Amino acid sequence: MANAVGLRPEAIKAVPVRHPGRWVAAIVVGAIAAYIFYTVVTAIQNDHTAQGSGWAAVGHYLFNTLIFKGILVTLELTVLAMAVGIVLGVILAVMRLSPNPVMSWVSWLYIWFFRGTPVLVQIFFWFNLNLVLKSIDIGIPFTSFWLHANTNSLIPPFMAALLGLGFNEAAYMAEIVRAGIISVEHGQTEAAQALGMNRGLVMRRIVLPQAMRVIIPPTGNETISMLKTTSLAFTASVTELFTRQQQIATATYDVLELLIVASIWYLVMTSILTVGQFYIERHFGRGSSRGTTATPFQRFRRMLFTFHAPPPAPPELAPAAPAVPRSEHR
Amino acid sequence: MVKAEAVQKSFGRLEVLKGIDLEVSPKEVLCLIGPSGSGKSTFLRCINHLEKIDGGRLSVDGELVGYQQRGDKLYELRDAEVCRKRSEIGMVFQHFNLFPHMTALENLTEAPIRVKKESRTVAVERGRKLLERVGLGEKVNAYPRQLSGGQQQRVAIARALAMEPKLMLFDEPTSALDPELVGEVLDVMRGLAEDGMTMVVVTHEMGFAREVSDNLVFMDGGVIVEAGKPREILSSPQHERTRAFLSKVL
Ligand SMILES: Nc1ncnc2c1ncn2[C@@H]1O[C@H](COP(=O)(O)OP(=O)(O)O)[C@@H](O)[C@H]1O
Ligand SMILES: [Mg+2]
Repeated sequence: MANAVGLRPEAIKAVPVRHPGRWVAAIVVGAIAAYIFYTVVTAIQNDHTAQGSGWAAVGHYLFNTLIFKGILVTLELTVLAMAVGIVLGVILAVMRLSPNPVMSWVSWLYIWFFRGTPVLVQIFFWFNLNLVLKSIDIGIPFTSFWLHANTNSLIPPFMAALLGLGFNEAAYMAEIVRAGIISVEHGQTEAAQALGMNRGLVMRRIVLPQAMRVIIPPTGNETISMLKTTSLAFTASVTELFTRQQQIATATYDVLELLIVASIWYLVMTSILTVGQFYIERHFGRGSSRGTTATPFQRFRRMLFTFHAPPPAPPELAPAAPAVPRSEHR
Repeated sequence: MVKAEAVQKSFGRLEVLKGIDLEVSPKEVLCLIGPSGSGKSTFLRCINHLEKIDGGRLSVDGELVGYQQRGDKLYELRDAEVCRKRSEIGMVFQHFNLFPHMTALENLTEAPIRVKKESRTVAVERGRKLLERVGLGEKVNAYPRQLSGGQQQRVAIARALAMEPKLMLFDEPTSALDPELVGEVLDVMRGLAEDGMTMVVVTHEMGFAREVSDNLVFMDGGVIVEAGKPREILSSPQHERTRAFLSKVL
């Protein structure tokens, strides 16, 4: 219906639909949560420790130096294992999509093996590599130039955990990156090739940056998952967070308190990662919509200012799109 | 500039080009018309080796496309050579295919900097000039999605020109545009033709073909049915198939 300019129709005032089901669900969920919360809180409260009540002990261990050292190792392991996973994953994904059948098969085989065996087994394998291979000798045949390394000294516990976690992660990252690469429209590759770009340039400058939008969210999940999976490194006696809390718990018998302490730190770290992921996604989403996504802070402020008022249209939907090319609707 | 002799191309068992003979001289504008599926795009893509031909000979500027002849043997060109040759041929696509993660200017400077190893200053200066030339001097920092279809296609033309090509290929450059945006793109192309650019244009814009092109080729079913001066073909087509096609599009 055409309206004369300036004559806007009155805003609709109507009684909103009631949702009794939502209220019932909220009450049930709330009750269950409260019960669990209460049980845990009182169990810790009534636990007697050297520090008094269990909660005092939690507060005491939360800032323990050994715990901090453990956190540091956990972070190191997470960052390095993800770095190995991402770099190797990108290489594997590109190999998998390569027209060279040898490349693509090697990649397939790698993914098949490392994704098909438990990461715990892989960590153990690296940890016990000396059972398979006493030493590694690299050199030029028929000469006296040889490098000799004992596998036990070459693969200390931290390295074993890093290799196990990183190589396993690479298999998953390869699939994520491959999905990202495939998601980029083929016309992009063609346009880049038509400009004379070679395969490497096309991949690095045109395809991968666009694939990022698809790659980043699952990679964020992988990183968060990795942060927790590093706790498996305790089986290779790496002194990360989980091992540290275990060591203290064995000495003090404050098992419950230390599990709570570890959980708190894992939660803090994953929360920070979640926020980081948001900003990285926003960065790689540039050019993808007509505006940028609001940060949680901006959304919070908007929510405060528009309390009770109808929410304003998000900026990316606000301007009427003038003549969107048909290509976007194919 | 472009010389095709009995060019043949198949996709599996489907023969898409069944012996194309055609010549484009320097500074000539050649328009290719024909029904959908007749092989126009395929032929255009063969010219810069986005598709490999299966038979015949195709050369650009006297050099074979994708092959090198030594003695009486043909050798496939290495990737680097293919890329170098492509960099001398500009191509404009139906769906623009601008790089969405780069601004208009970055779209224009990417290939000159990375492929031709030009300095950033030189590339940026030429990029700005070219955007000015296609009437988008103010859109330097706009991302493709922030531009209308017509503006995007003009950026795409400028992007191809930024490599200073000796030949420009257009594959239905206005087919994805809303009718009121077609004119602005055709104007840019007309300007290019006046400046003496060699152009091969696949189009359904018969007005443009009539006014701008030096020669017109009508393709159907993978063969050239009729070729000649645009006015003659458009006003008095000799073949039944040409007549049938023109009666539908005019
Ligand atoms: N990559 C491809 N694989 C298989 N068939 C193709 C491919 N590209 C084009 N074709 C077929 O080749 C024929 C000619 O296509 P095309 O050159 O795009 O025609 P036009 O541009 O004249 O419409 C069509 O039948 C099309 O389906
Ligand atoms: Mg076509």
